[in-house]
Amino acid sequence: MSNTKWLPRLSQIFLYGFAGIIISGLAAVFFPAFGWLPALGGTEFTLDHWIAFFQSPGITKSITLSITTALLTTAISVACVFLFLASISGSNSLIQKFILRLLAPILSIPHAAAAFGFLFLFSPSGLISRWLSPELTGWNRPPDLLTVQDPWGLSLAGGLIIKEIPFLLLVAFSVLPQINVDRSLKLARSLGYHTTVGWLKVIAPQLYPLIRMPIFAVLVFSSSTVDVALILGPNLPSTLSVSVTQWFNDPDLSQRFIASVGAVCQLMTTLVVLGIWWIIEKIIQRGFSSYSVNGEQHRFAVIAAFVGRLSVGLVFIINIAGIFVLIINSIAGFWRFPNNFPATWTATHFLNAQTAITESLLVTLSIAVITVLIAIVVVIVVLEAEIQTKSSRINKFIIYSPLLIPQVGFISGLVVLSIWLNINPNVYLVILGHLLFVIPYAYLSLGKAYQAFDHRWLQLSRTLGASYWKILFRIKLPMLTTPLLSTLALAFSVSIAQYLATQLLGAGRVSTITTEAIALSSSGNRRLISVWSLCQALLPCLIYLLALMIPKLVWRQRKLMQLR
Amino acid sequence: MYFPSIKNTVLSAVVTAAISLFSFTASSADNQSNTQDFQLNDWSSVESASHGGTLYFNTWGGEPKINRYIQWLGKELKKHQNITVKHVKLADTAEAISRIIAEKQANNTHDGSVDLIWINGENFAALKSANLLYGPWAESTPNFYLTNPDKNPAAITDFTVPTEGYELPWGKAQLIFFYDASLTQSHPRSVSNLLQWAKDNPGQFTYPKPPQFLGTTFLKQALIELVTDKQALYAPVKAAEFTQLTAPLFDFLDALHPHLWRKGKVFPNSGTELKSLMADGELSLGFSFSIQEVASSIANYELPESVMPYTLDGGTLGNYSFLAIPFNSPNKAAALVAANFLLSPQAQARKQDPSVWGSSTVIDLEQLNESDKKRFQQKNIPGMIPLQELPPAIPEPHPSWVELLEQAWLKRYQS
Repeated sequence: MSNTKWLPRLSQIFLYGFAGIIISGLAAVFFPAFGWLPALGGTEFTLDHWIAFFQSPGITKSITLSITTALLTTAISVACVFLFLASISGSNSLIQKFILRLLAPILSIPHAAAAFGFLFLFSPSGLISRWLSPELTGWNRPPDLLTVQDPWGLSLAGGLIIKEIPFLLLVAFSVLPQINVDRSLKLARSLGYHTTVGWLKVIAPQLYPLIRMPIFAVLVFSSSTVDVALILGPNLPSTLSVSVTQWFNDPDLSQRFIASVGAVCQLMTTLVVLGIWWIIEKIIQRGFSSYSVNGEQHRFAVIAAFVGRLSVGLVFIINIAGIFVLIINSIAGFWRFPNNFPATWTATHFLNAQTAITESLLVTLSIAVITVLIAIVVVIVVLEAEIQTKSSRINKFIIYSPLLIPQVGFISGLVVLSIWLNINPNVYLVILGHLLFVIPYAYLSLGKAYQAFDHRWLQLSRTLGASYWKILFRIKLPMLTTPLLSTLALAFSVSIAQYLATQLLGAGRVSTITTEAIALSSSGNRRLISVWSLCQALLPCLIYLLALMIPKLVWRQRKLMQLR
Repeated sequence: MYFPSIKNTVLSAVVTAAISLFSFTASSADNQSNTQDFQLNDWSSVESASHGGTLYFNTWGGEPKINRYIQWLGKELKKHQNITVKHVKLADTAEAISRIIAEKQANNTHDGSVDLIWINGENFAALKSANLLYGPWAESTPNFYLTNPDKNPAAITDFTVPTEGYELPWGKAQLIFFYDASLTQSHPRSVSNLLQWAKDNPGQFTYPKPPQFLGTTFLKQALIELVTDKQALYAPVKAAEFTQLTAPLFDFLDALHPHLWRKGKVFPNSGTELKSLMADGELSLGFSFSIQEVASSIANYELPESVMPYTLDGGTLGNYSFLAIPFNSPNKAAALVAANFLLSPQAQARKQDPSVWGSSTVIDLEQLNESDKKRFQQKNIPGMIPLQELPPAIPEPHPSWVELLEQAWLKRYQS
């Protein structure tokens, strides 16, 4: 073991590098916000850009919108997840297994593709309106209704909720084994509590602290998302994050400074969101302590269970229907309202896009492969080092920080930095940007398997005289094949779905499936958007499928090694 | 049986990724080694210098038809000149302008990221006045004479700004309106009639949100018709007079908005989105800046055959759009060759074909021989506007109006 002393050091270097990139990204956005960016002629500190920022049309509306959507999205998602878990508690584990099976492919649908699916389902000329018309609605033309892109951000929240509920469910399922659910529930039931009520009173308060960090990640993401807000959000004005991205692309130089102010303001907005959430937590905690001991054993149990199941069921259906409507649109010929289906079907949309898709597919995959491999190596080094040194909270915070800081904040800082250092946008910068998001997810996914790994195998091997490397490569990693593969699959889908990092750091010269699909969103061409977002959604699905298949093939004779 | 299949998969993945990454690096290395030794007055030296170059062609990328046309350009240039065209699809041309400005600020004078850009109006004015364009070169291209600038001053004037050889004409655009005859009985023939029409047909008309260029174009069209002193629009805008001159426009918009699609609470992001709202039957009146938009959209199943194009009685706004080369393009020879090819009768005729793009040519057909003239013969397909019926284009106002109009619009309707 003595020859692995350098491991913790290497791990620290990785972590410091990681933290360094994020901190310099954040710093780089602060200086221009106060007027200092010599490369663009800003050489003195000033508050002028802040004044200009707050005078820009509709800015307070933008900020409010970002705050309300984030809170609405998270509150509804968390409530639904808790009610749902309460409703299925005590039911047989088959249902849970079935839901877990469904979760992986649904989670792998990129946000943008899910948002497009949502748009094409719910817009006034969308699939639902067509299917109900004219028989039920009497509409012969699409109604002039604000069902999507409404100024209150409700449809934006809807598009986010259908992605965040599956995410929180997965997280909750992965930590539930840490709580002794069955025994606590048995006790509650023996005291006469309805299972659902018992779950809410006994399990929920134990579960919440365990998934608090992912909930914060949801708050951060939904207060700062760019791609979903571009597709489903209002545009008079748009959310703050969208405005910031647009400022960064403005030809007028002075806008670059305002953009930096916007990025700083985005950071503060997200902080405000977290602060409000914290207050809500306190209030609920207070209310909850009286609820948990009020002795009510059945009240609202049936309604709560019903709402929980209905909402999660709906979320799954909307996700699947979204993909379905993308498929229909991608092969539709002319499709006049209110026909239920297109009058003609055609493959032209695919054929026309073929060349362009192959090209960006190659770029997308090369970036993903490189990113994922680097990420896996880094994560294994960090995890191995943690065995020797015990993981510290700071390390964890560093690794998860990209998920807890608004992307616009530090990615745009990295853009400013690259201008500063005179680095042209290129594919390596994009890979670096992707790493910032792939590493946390890879760490999250592989870390669980590492924790669960039975270390007695290693002790046994060591007593047989095997070296560290031999144990790592011939015993440990092969035994971890299945979690390694699912980590690879997750890391791939994270890299594929990256929009902002690719768009800003690649300056539009690096075009992946995701950036192309979102660039098309302004075209309003449903057919083409559908073709591209289908490719965007199918790619991670395929990779998940591979991750499922490979252990089955490799471990044909070893049932326990296969993915459950 | 231990691990080999995974190892192989991972290995081959690494190799594939490494190869494709290498090709990235290789192409950027090309950029640097590409020496720019050619003489503008000796076109064959330009052509030989362009061989094997890589061209980053930046255009607005929101219209699939246009993107396919540029794919075709890539194939042709690869075949004839061994030039690799990389199409950079911009959500807004302004993105590329900001990139060029940032490169200038960072002292990047010879390895810029933009080689050729589709441009006009305030973007051209901004780059030209900041000395960020290569040139003058346009008048040295062999195909320039085809535009017959002596007879068509629009070919050398961009929004009142003289081009002075810093950009080459590429396309002609003019505002046309269209209505769906299966959904509405009437269509307005002037901006002032539009208000009454919108009241009679509530929720069936809208315009893209300024600063999207088609939205801004709509504002300018309305302003030209409503303003009392038209001459003022063709000189740099005076901030002091702006409010007073544009008051009729904003009165008109205030009155119009409640009758728009979604009551003017949300606006489409682009002309293509406007068009798909037409196709869905949400709108029954729309407009475009591409003269044969309706014909080409019907041919591509993007609009039903019941959609009819027309122009306003008082004429509509029209302009030329151009191709320009940034000062720091590392592939100027390739950009020159590409620009010249895009102005050739072959490329221009293809561009004008409604089944391909439907963008009107900037070539004066009188300059062509008989066989080239034949390339431009119009097929009569549904949705065509006969070019001889097109009223003369109203010239664009001075580019300085654009920024102020957009600001005023945002201030009034977004706050």
